[in-house]
Amino acid sequence: MKHLKPLNAKARRIDADLTAIDAAAMEEDVVALQQAPRPHVPLGCSLSFSPGWEVDGTGGTAGLCQPAERDIYDCYVTCFWPVQMADHVNYSPDWASNCAAATKDWRSLDVVFP
Amino acid sequence: MTAPLSHRYRMGEMHRFGAAGADFVYMPQAGAIFALDEATHGVLARLGDGPVAHGDLVTALVDQGMPGSDAEGLLRELRQVRLIEAEHVVARAPVVDTPPEDFPLQALVLNVTNQCNLACTYCYEFGADKISTQTGKTKYMTPETAKAAVDFLLESAKGREAVHITFFGGETLMNFRLLKEAVAYADARAAELGKRVTYSMTTNATLLTDPIIDFLAENAVGVTVSIDGPAEMQNARRVYKSGKGSYDVILPRLKSLIAKHKTRAIAARVTLSAGVTDVVGIYHHLKHEIGFHEVGFAPVTTTDDGHDFGLNGDGMSAVLSGFHALSQEWLEYALRGQMHGFSNVSETLSELVVGTNKSHPCGAGLGLLGVSPSGDLSPCHRFTDADEHVMGHIDSGVDQAKRSDFLTRGHVGAKYECTSCWARPLCAGGCHHEAFVRYGDTGHANLHYCDWIRQWTDRVLDIYGTLAVRNPEFLERFADRKGLS
Repeated sequence: MKHLKPLNAKARRIDADLTAIDAAAMEEDVVALQQAPRPHVPLGCSLSFSPGWEVDGTGGTAGLCQPAERDIYDCYVTCFWPVQMADHVNYSPDWASNCAAATKDWRSLDVVFP
Repeated sequence: MTAPLSHRYRMGEMHRFGAAGADFVYMPQAGAIFALDEATHGVLARLGDGPVAHGDLVTALVDQGMPGSDAEGLLRELRQVRLIEAEHVVARAPVVDTPPEDFPLQALVLNVTNQCNLACTYCYEFGADKISTQTGKTKYMTPETAKAAVDFLLESAKGREAVHITFFGGETLMNFRLLKEAVAYADARAAELGKRVTYSMTTNATLLTDPIIDFLAENAVGVTVSIDGPAEMQNARRVYKSGKGSYDVILPRLKSLIAKHKTRAIAARVTLSAGVTDVVGIYHHLKHEIGFHEVGFAPVTTTDDGHDFGLNGDGMSAVLSGFHALSQEWLEYALRGQMHGFSNVSETLSELVVGTNKSHPCGAGLGLLGVSPSGDLSPCHRFTDADEHVMGHIDSGVDQAKRSDFLTRGHVGAKYECTSCWARPLCAGGCHHEAFVRYGDTGHANLHYCDWIRQWTDRVLDIYGTLAVRNPEFLERFADRKGLS
């Protein structure tokens, strides 16, 4: 800790725990994005999987492994986020029938009217 | 680039205090104490006006000359310690978790008799607020009961290496013979089991004799004397049934006790009541004129109407200002590296050194049980012989249903008023017995002394902070000496 000085046994334990967490975070591969120092992120990978939210290591979408639009389609196919997506099992099995290749045809994905 | 943090922060739960020109914080969720630096002070000051966005805090810090990565690090540190938290964070509801049924016993209080040769007017056992129902019950504990209690303690202690027995009354020395037998038996049994037993007792000192004092010294029995101060205060309420005061009887006995018993600290325990509120005067009399090693004070327990002995608002104000003056003396001693005998400060400071965070106000019903002369178990000595609070018997063991009920209601998480109080880690709602006398429920928070507890805790935090700045070695030695480090 740099800014807080622990003064009793409980505070020293918190300090020790946080130091241990920091040390472990540098070794393990699952880390919180907010923490400093920042984890290593390969350029081109999406850091967030919420549709419409993806950005690459530069803050844009150009370097993503697959385009942002692809995720919307993936949600449909794999039910990754079914609540916001058309339901391909029961109600909208044909929603993506006009979209043969998501990277090219994503504009053909239409709005669903239940 | 990672997604920018869009949180807005507010201040977490904390009690801030300043001492010796420095800034500190006490964290009720953990019991932790931290010293704050200027940057932290600045962040908290900004949050004092309401929630602020992460980015705005970082910008403000950068504008003050802090590198951006350091600003992020600072906010992260404060977030992890929970000095700041995201605006939308919902505090977890307090959890009332009762301890396991086989929680190892640590101490027993043996009420060796419920008889007393004094008739102190404020006594919780015999006075106006008594809850015990002694009619028809055993008056003196028998050796068989005491031995069974010792066996019960050693067995229930499970893996503990050391256990403690407190002898209590009535007046403990009215059954001194039993005390001697119990000590001999417990020492022998403990030796067989490879455990240790330590002892203490409470007495009004009227029946102390030289052979008794020798026995207590030889066996390192800690002695606490119930005494209210100089003659006029002691004789106000600590009286014989005839109304005669007890001061002249105990004075020579106390001098002898203190002169001869060197194996344990001899403590005075003062009950403050109407007219007996001169804390400083009482302390100096007991410490310097009689020679007690430590002096502790507690306000009398009474119902709301207080009878003629309860402390009213003025009385409590006098007590508080006395506590304040005496704690200032304590601090001055500590700054010189000396121990002062005002044990109320030492007790609270011990808990702060560790960072105690209590689920229950005390060990009653947890690691400690009371045993009545007939062998009934109760949460502590104050509930002895009260039918409603019997919690099993030494022959049949603890009544787990009653114990669980007692501990569930007594849990700090079950006391709604305590959830927003920063002093709850140390207080946990206060004495179960006092709550029962005052509110008819052992699990009721003792709301009548909340302000008092907070003021007192704040006062001892002030001492803690002052020592942390001006004599940190003393705090370390204090922890070592109390076995807290």
